[in-house]
Parts: sequence; structure tokens; C-alpha cells
Amino acid sequence: MGGTPTIQYVIHIESYVSSSSSEAQQAASVDAIAVLLKNDLLSLETLVREMEMYLTTTDNNIRSRGILLLGELLMRLMSKPLDDTAISSLIEFFTERLADWKALHGALVGCLALLRRKTGTGMINRSQAKAVAESYLKTLQVQSLGQQDRKLCLQILECLLDRYRDALFALGDDLVYGICEAIDGEKDPQCLMLIFHIVELLAQLFPEASGPLENFAGDLFEILECYFPIHLTHPKSDDVDMKRGELSSALMLAFASTPLYEPSVIPLLLDKLSSSLPSAKVESLKYLSYCTLKYGGDRMEKYTKSLWSALKDALFTCPQSTLSEDSDPIDGLGFHESEIMTQALELLQVLVRQHNDSFLSLILGDGDISTFLNSFSQFDDFNSLSTQYKQRLHAVGHVLSVCIKASGSSCNKVFESFFPRLVDALRLSVENSHGIVHSALDANFNFGALYLCVELLAACRQLVVSSDEVASAHDLARDSWCQILCSFCTSLCNVFFCLIQASCVESSWNAYVYAAVKGLEILATFPGSFISVSKLMYENILLTLTSIIESDFNKKFLWKAALKALVEISLFVNKYHEDEKAASFNSIVKQKIVSLISSDDLNMPQSLKLEAIFDIGLTGKSFMHSVVSELEKTISANLSEILVHGDRRLAGLTPGLLECYSNKVLPWFHGNGGADEVSLSFAINIFTKMENNSSLSLEAKGKELLGATMAAMKQAMTGCSVESQEKVLQKAIDLMETSSFFLSNDLILGTDLFNKKTQLGQTSEGLSCRDEWIASLFASVVIALRPQTHIPNIRLLLQLLAMTLLEGHIPSAHALGSLVNKLPLNISEDCSLEELIDTLFKNVMWRNISIGKEGNDGGAVAMSNPRLNSLNSHAVIGLAWIGKGLLMRGHEKLKDVTITFLSCLVSNEDQGNFLPFNDQMKDPTEHKVLCLRKSAADAFHILMSDSDACLNRNYHAIVRPLYKQRFFNIMMPMFLSAIVKCVSSTSRCFLYQAFAHLVSETPLVAVVGDAKKVLPVLMDCFLILSKDISHKEIIYSVLIVLSGILTDKNGQEAIIENAPMVIRRLIELTSYPYVMVIRETAIQCLGAMSELAHARIYPMRTQVLQAITKALDDPKRVVRLEAVKCRLAWASIASRSIHF
Amino acid sequence: MVSELINANPVVYEKKERRDRGGRAVLDEYAAEPIDQLEIFDILLNGDIKDPEHPYSLEELKVITEDAVDVDDQRSYVRVTFTPTVEHCSMATVIGLCLRVKLMRSLPSRYKVDIRVAPGSHATEAAVNKQLNDKERVAAALENPNLVDMVDECLAPSYA
Repeated sequence: MGGTPTIQYVIHIESYVSSSSSEAQQAASVDAIAVLLKNDLLSLETLVREMEMYLTTTDNNIRSRGILLLGELLMRLMSKPLDDTAISSLIEFFTERLADWKALHGALVGCLALLRRKTGTGMINRSQAKAVAESYLKTLQVQSLGQQDRKLCLQILECLLDRYRDALFALGDDLVYGICEAIDGEKDPQCLMLIFHIVELLAQLFPEASGPLENFAGDLFEILECYFPIHLTHPKSDDVDMKRGELSSALMLAFASTPLYEPSVIPLLLDKLSSSLPSAKVESLKYLSYCTLKYGGDRMEKYTKSLWSALKDALFTCPQSTLSEDSDPIDGLGFHESEIMTQALELLQVLVRQHNDSFLSLILGDGDISTFLNSFSQFDDFNSLSTQYKQRLHAVGHVLSVCIKASGSSCNKVFESFFPRLVDALRLSVENSHGIVHSALDANFNFGALYLCVELLAACRQLVVSSDEVASAHDLARDSWCQILCSFCTSLCNVFFCLIQASCVESSWNAYVYAAVKGLEILATFPGSFISVSKLMYENILLTLTSIIESDFNKKFLWKAALKALVEISLFVNKYHEDEKAASFNSIVKQKIVSLISSDDLNMPQSLKLEAIFDIGLTGKSFMHSVVSELEKTISANLSEILVHGDRRLAGLTPGLLECYSNKVLPWFHGNGGADEVSLSFAINIFTKMENNSSLSLEAKGKELLGATMAAMKQAMTGCSVESQEKVLQKAIDLMETSSFFLSNDLILGTDLFNKKTQLGQTSEGLSCRDEWIASLFASVVIALRPQTHIPNIRLLLQLLAMTLLEGHIPSAHALGSLVNKLPLNISEDCSLEELIDTLFKNVMWRNISIGKEGNDGGAVAMSNPRLNSLNSHAVIGLAWIGKGLLMRGHEKLKDVTITFLSCLVSNEDQGNFLPFNDQMKDPTEHKVLCLRKSAADAFHILMSDSDACLNRNYHAIVRPLYKQRFFNIMMPMFLSAIVKCVSSTSRCFLYQAFAHLVSETPLVAVVGDAKKVLPVLMDCFLILSKDISHKEIIYSVLIVLSGILTDKNGQEAIIENAPMVIRRLIELTSYPYVMVIRETAIQCLGAMSELAHARIYPMRTQVLQAITKALDDPKRVVRLEAVKCRLAWASIASRSIHF
Repeated sequence: MVSELINANPVVYEKKERRDRGGRAVLDEYAAEPIDQLEIFDILLNGDIKDPEHPYSLEELKVITEDAVDVDDQRSYVRVTFTPTVEHCSMATVIGLCLRVKLMRSLPSRYKVDIRVAPGSHATEAAVNKQLNDKERVAAALENPNLVDMVDECLAPSYA
């Protein structure tokens, strides 16, 4: 056993050392040896002995490879325990080898591997580490090495500093000097990352001021400073930004690592702050914030003045926050914060917190700010303010806010020194009592003061909210700023009220309105333990805002702002559980707003009412519940009003309510829970309403109302759980039993009253209004049922639906489709799905056809003309929806449906004469038959297209993957053979229509797969269908399929094969008179065809150019433009000469 | 080829914002949209006819403007007046030829195209006009492979 591994590893060693083997081979060799070592098949000692020759030879190449092999092996053996002797001899070897610059790489790898070993697996000790460091400092010239080696060197240094501090500490000055030398002039980003970290670690090694670092702090910093601000000159990869960010924060850590750098860092940053480069400014501000925190207040004290002036510069004069162009109405001055501004404010906050009084006095005593504040009176009217002034105002507002937010005491100071001035400017007084109209209310109300006032209030509020503990809040309450604020609170409120009252529709007032509403919102949302607003005032605020919502809807900006404020207040009340305020809010706002729905006030647009209600409702579940109950109440009240008295006005309004209910409110409950109960109560409610009235007549508005009610009902049902659905379904069935068609004995006794009626030639007049409502609501319930819901008495149900369907009620067809889609295969012991479907077919399709004996099969029936004649045209549509339900779940009964349709399409094969499809036919029966066959063709559209009304995932339909592709693959051969066999041109026309529906709804991939077979048929579709204007939609959708085929590689092959025919058809379509987009798309397709193999298309060139020349004179501009492009493409395919 | 540029340093103007036709919503399927000034202008500039000397388009050099296009759809007549960048521009005929070719390729054949140099903008105005509107001479010019190459070069779509 011993011999085999020996030979193996020797071979591997040789392969690794040899310069002729490839990199992959070398890597494999290292891995192989590492495995041997790991599994103890080979001892490290044996290996080293064996390698002796490679490690000591005088051939530089072989020696360096040998050492590298050893280093690489150690890297792979990090977790394998090694004994102390092995470690010590290895580290001794590598330490010594650091001096061997010709074979350095391996030595570096080996050192790093040994240094990185963890405790427990054999680490090197302190003296060994020291020896490594000494050798390193003595022999390595880091900056003269290549990038790889430099990186390794720096990694070794980093590792030493990180893990062997004790050993390094003794080295003192030598170490720092060595590091300075090693890092000077580095430019590679990866190495720089390491360097910044090394500097940071170094500062941790010598934390005290009078250490070796002190002597070199200046030198070290000189090396570092040139990297600020980080800027990559050779950005290579996409993640440059990320890398830059990492480097920048690493450098920041290095800068802030020791206070010793402070004398150099801060002046540098201040200097860079005054640069004109925005990124440098941002970086400086960021570094300053961090360093200020790290260096501490004492050291920073001396800089406060210069910092403040630099900050002022950045905030007031530098590239400012830009005026936002998008006119978002809800904004005060309309500024976007710039990055500089944000960083500057952060620094300001750090400074104010750190130096508290001294820095604050700088700000408060600042000449510029006070001059600015004193100049208020000169600038009164908002509209006359310059952008510059606004920017300054914005900046001052932010500075003061930051000061206030810093602490309670700073807040006091700011209030004491500024608030009186603001008050003066606003002409407020403590005595100004309630009710007196403010004298200052005219067009030139002082905007600056108002703005600052609101900013200060907002900052105070944040201060209070951020100091969570109750105790500190109480402390704050005793502060002087609070006293001041309380004393002015009432008059402030009054000013805001007056402003709102005086506001008008013009947008020039928006800034005032914004400030006023914002002010009120802030006053109303001061936390309760800290009362600066009395209950009376609070309620006043709510009343004002609510009355805006109720009456000022034509002042759009004000209205929106007020609504937003109310939403904020509501959120606040919910969040802080302020019982008293919540009570007031409920009694004033909630009830008023909620009652808006039911109010008869017709002045206010319904959409605004609903918006207000919904937004307020969003703030909490309880609110939404009251909104929903009110909405429900109103809807049901309206409905009974409409259903009983036929109130037209309400019939116009109620659809809006229903829409809001189904599109906004219910989805909210879906997302936030509680949808089940809400939906259930709504659905039951509606059905109860229907039960309670026995006669119903609605006119024009009825359709819209019914549509909205159905949509709401469906939406409600989708959200219901299985149990609730069962309850609603029962209710619906109960209601159904009160309908007139149920009561007619037709259904119960099974007599063919209906058949007789139709056979006697009576045209059915459809359902009565009430029956239609009942049937529609019932259908809506059925459409949205979950597959798991148990359905009682399914036979009766199907029969009912089949009956209403035959009366021309389309939702019933949807419901039937949904039912066959979702019913379980074995419904009960005596009833299977298949059997049910058979009965259903019988009911729908051949109910009125004497089928004879074979009728019991329930399968497909071949149609002949006389039979078709007696078929109800609604039945075809119903059958299509049933087929769709089957198709989507992949049921085999679908076959019967499709065969029926196909036989419908080709039914008059024996006649073979062409009947023009128009109304002037003499024989009405013939006409009816044609209509039926037309609907059979259209049935394929229903089968294939996605429907919003039913049978989609929203309504819990069962959808088999790829069902469209499957259906296409089954149907295509059937169509192809039918088309071939077909001799009558009428039948052919219908077949093409049906096929066009099929193809245009199939995913393109499937069509392209069969492009060669499909293409000729599509071309015939164009030829035959383009004769009749009524087929324009079909033609367009087929054209879209063709253009899809043109973009696919396989499709292009098929097109090349049929190129002459395709081009001929497209040329015909370029002059299709009825639809512009068809002409446009046809020309685009022709243009695309010019890219195909020239040999095939060249013969058609003249034809195409002639046709396109005609299209240049098309009445529509878009077509002409396409024609120009297409003409150019075709003219240039053969030669560069111009072809006229 | 030209050894020395005729106008070495032309003034380049900014492209004017295009008039918007207001969406693509077609209200009436059968309503005719006659060819108008803007459409001709679009045809002339869509392919970005380039100046024979410079990589700028004719619009950027203000050689043609929207106002310089006269069109009468009913009488099938269009007249384009262009302004060479310098008075003695020998490229004027080439530019004019390019414009003519572009219009011939893009307009229905019923149109009569008239290309003119703006009055007073060129030293040999009359000669240029005559040359550009003489059917025979245009046809002859387009037989010349060098000229055709040049025209095609100008009309080649720019992918800038």
C-alpha cells in the first residue's frame, strides 16, 4: 500500500513543478496531493523530505514552483491539525524564504497560509510571528512587486495586525515606518482596500497619543490624503459604483481611526468642502460627520467656527436643491433635497448634538440668519418671492429644524430667540382671542414667517415623538419652548383657519394653503401627554378640515391637502392610542365623512366622496369596517329604492358606489384580512333585497346598474371562503325558486313548453326584468364558486341555467362553462360529471331537435340543414362556453363539442352553391341557418380567447397548462382535412373563419412549429375573407399572426417556401380599403420580407414596388410613411441604383 | 473628390422641437389625411439627409426649414426651397439632387417636384435652379455612378 501513493504524489509533484504542464493540470496535481495529505495517506514530513531537491535547488524557476506548491498545499490544509514541530519548521523556512525575491510568491502564500491558521489546529506563536514581521520589514520592497504579490504582502500585514498584535507591538517605530513604506503610492483598488484597513488596524494597535504612531501620523496621513475623494480613473466593471462606495467608507474608517489624524484631516476636509465638485462636497460632509463623532467634542471645539461657515456655505450658496419641475401639488416650496443638503444637515445635527450650546450660539448669533429673519417684512407676497429667496428660506427652515430636533434645550434656545420675531411678522398676539378675524389677512400675508413657523412646529413635533419615554416627554412639557408654543397656539390656529377661509381656487395660494393645512395637521398630532393643543382646539381643527372635505371640493389643492392631513391625523390617532382624541376623531371626522356616501348632497362629485372615504378608511381596519358597512347600507338602500320605485337618479349614482366597492374596498379586505365576512354579508344582503320585491322594472339605466351589481357580486364571491360560498349559493337558489321561469311548470314537469313555443314560431321575448336580475345574480355567484364548494341539487341547477341560456341570457352560459370547469369528476355516487354533461348537451343543444333513439348517447350530432334550422342560436353560444370550461380543464367531452361545431360549419355540403351572406336572402330559414353557422365559427373565438367575465384564475377556474397549444395541435389536422374535403364555398368561408380564430388566439410558438402547414391556409383566409367587410377583425388578427411568423427563424423558412403567394396576398392587403392598420401592417410585413433570401424574393420585386408606389398615395399618413420605408428596402435589395 | 472643404466651419443649429400631431388615435377610419408641409419636411429629414461635406444633417445646418416647403396636395405640387450654407457652395446642386431623389422616392408619382435655391442665397442661383429642375439633366446625373453613389451616401440612414 505504501508504495502506490508515493509514486502517485511524486508524479504530481513533478507535474506541478514542470513548466510544460498546463494550468489545469497543475491545479489538479495540487488537489490530488492535498487529498492524500488530508486523508493521512501521506505525511507532511515525507512530502517535504521528498521535495527537498525542489525547495533548495539553485534553478530559480523550479525552486519557486516547489515553494509555491508547498504554500498552496498549506492553503488547502488550513483546517488539518498540524503539530508544533511541523509548524515551527515550516514557518522558519518561509520566513527565511521571504528574502529570496526570485521565489517570493510561494513564500508569501506559505506565510499567509500559516498565519491564518486557527487555534486548535496548530498556530504559530508570538515569537514566530515577530520573526515573520521582522523578516518582512527587513527584506520586502512591497511597492516594487507585481499586483498579485503586493496584494499577498498586504494581506500578510493585515493578518499580522489583526491577529498577532502582541508580537507586533514590540516592533514600535520600525513597524510603522515599514508600513508607511509598504503602502506608499499604491493605486490598485483591491490593494487600497487592504491598505485602508491596515491603517485602521495600526491605529488600534497604538491607541495612546504618545506612541510610535505619533511620530509618523503626519507621514501616514500624507500617504492617505491623496486618495480623497475616492475617484476611480479606470472604471472597468459594472460594479464600479459599489467598489467606490466600499473604498470610500474604508478610507473614512482609516481617517477616523485615531484622533492623531485630526490636525490634518479636518483642514483637508474643510478645504475639499469648498471645492466646486459636488461629489467632493458630499464626500467631505460625510467624512466630517463621521470624524466629528470619532474625534470627540474636545478636539473638534476649535473647528466649530470654520465648520459653521463652511456649512453655511454649503447650505446657502452652493449648488442648491433644485426646484422640482414635476408639479406635485402637495408640497410647500417645491424643492427636492440635494445630496449635499442632506449630508450637510446630517453634519449639522452631529455638531449641534456634540457641542450643544456653543454651536447653537454660533447659529443663533449668526449675522446672516438674523438679517434674513429681519428682512421678512420686505418680502410679503409669496408670488413676488425670488427663487433665491425661497431657497434661502428653505435652508434656514432646515437649519432651525435640525437645531430643534437635537435636544429640548436647543429647542428652547431656538424658540426663545426666533419665535418672537416670527410672531411679530405674523402679527400674532397672545390675547388674540377666538373669533376675531385676523387683521393681517390680505394678499401679502407674510409667507416667510408662516413657512418658518410651520417648519419649527414640525420639528418640535418630531422632537417630542422621537423622545419616546413618557418621563422625558413630561420634562419637555415643562420646557420654555413649550410654554411659548402653548401661549401662541390658539392664535396660530386662528391664523391657519383664516388662511384657509381666505383661500381661493387660484394656484398662487397653494403655498399658503399647504402651510396652513400642514400647521393644523401638526398641531392636531402632538402626542397627548404633551398637551399644547386643547381639546376644543383639536376639535376645531378637525371640524375645519372636515368641512373642507364636505364643501370645498372645487378648490382642488386645498381639498387634497385637507384629505391628506386628515389621513395623517387618523394614522396618528391609531398609532398612539389616544383615547380622547380618537373619540373626537370618530365623532367628528369619521361619522361625517362616512355619512358623505349616503348624503343626498348632489353638489359634491361622487368620485371625490368615494376618494375621501376610501383614503380615510385606509388608515385603519375599524375605519374601513365602518366605511364598508355604510357603503353597503347605502347600496342596499339605493337598490331597494331603485327596485321598488324605479328611482332614476339613484340608478345613475349607484353603479359608481358598486364600482368603488368591488374595485377598491373589497381588494383592500383581500389584502388585509376580513374579506370573508364582508363579502358574505354583502352578497346575502343583495339577495335579501331581491327576495323582498316581487316586481321590477328598470329602463335605460338598468343595464349599467345590473352590470355593476354583477361585478360586485363576483368580486365578493371570489373573496368568500368555501363555507360562505355555500351559504350564498343556497340563498341564490332560494331566490331562483321565486322566479317566474322556475314557477312555470315547464321545468318541474319536464314538459316541452319552451320547445312548443319556439316550434310554433313564436319568438321568445327574453326574460322579464326581475327574472333577468335573478338569473344574472345567480350566474355571478356560480361563476366565482371555488372548485371545493359543494353544490346542492346540481341537476336542477344545470337545467335552470340551460333554460335561461336558451332565453338568450349570456351570463348563464358563463355560469354553465364555469360549472363544467369546476365540478369534481364524481359529484356523488349516482352522478358523474360525464353523465351530467350529457344531460346538459341534451338540454342545450338538442332539446328542441327530435333526435330519436341515438339521442340518448348525448354525444356529438352531425348537423344537416333542417336540423340546424331548429337549433336555438343562443344554444351555440352556450355550447361554446361549456366547451371552453371543458377545454380549460382538459376534459375529453370537449371532443363532442368541437365535432358538433365542425359539422355545423360544413353542414350544407350537399348543396355546394355559394350563398352570399347578406340580409337580402329570400328564405328566412336559410338566413337563420347561416347565422347559426356564423356563430359556430365564432364559437372558436370564445373557446380560445381569455375572458374577463369568467373562467379565469381570478374566479378559481381550473386551468390546465398549455391547453391552448394542445387544442391547436388536435384541431389543426381536423381543420386541414375538412378544408380539403369541403366543396361548398360557403362552408369553406366558415371553416376559414373558425380556423382564423383558432390560429390567432394560439400562442405563437405553437403556430410557428407548424408554420409550413398553417401558412397556405392563412393565405387562403386572406383571399376569401378579405371580400367581406365584416371579417376585418379576423383579417387583422391573422395578419398579426403572419407578422409573428415572419419574426421567427422557422417561420421565415416556411414563408420563403411560399414567398410568391404570401407576397401576392400582402400586396392585395396593402390596398384593403376598410381598415388602416391592416394596410399598415401588411406593408410592414412586406418590408420585413425584403430581408429574406434574395434569390427567392427577387422575382417579386417589380410587383412589390408597383404596389408600394400605389400605397405612397394612401389617404392615411401612417401608411404612406410605412410605404416609404418599405419601398426603400425593396428598391435597394438588388442594386444601389435607384429604381423609379 | 473635393480636396478642400468649401465651408470648413459651418454654423450648426439645434434641431427644432417637432410639431406634435397629437397621438395616433384615428377617429375616422375613412377620413383622408392629405400630404402636408410637415409630412414633406418629415420625409426630407426622417432619413436625415446629411450634408455632403459634414456629418451634420441638413436640418442642423438650417439648409431646409419647415417653412421652406410649399405643398398643394390637390394640385399634386410641391416646392422645396433650400438655403446653402455659403453663397458659393458648389455642393448646392448635390444637395438639391438629394432632395429631389428623396422626394421622388417618397411621394406618389402624380407629384411634380420643384427644387429651388432660396433667392439671394447662392452666387449662381439661376443656373442651379435650372439644373435642378431640368428633367433631362437630372436623369443624366442619375446615370452617373459617382453622383449616384454620392446621393445614396447622403440619403443613407444615419445610426447616430
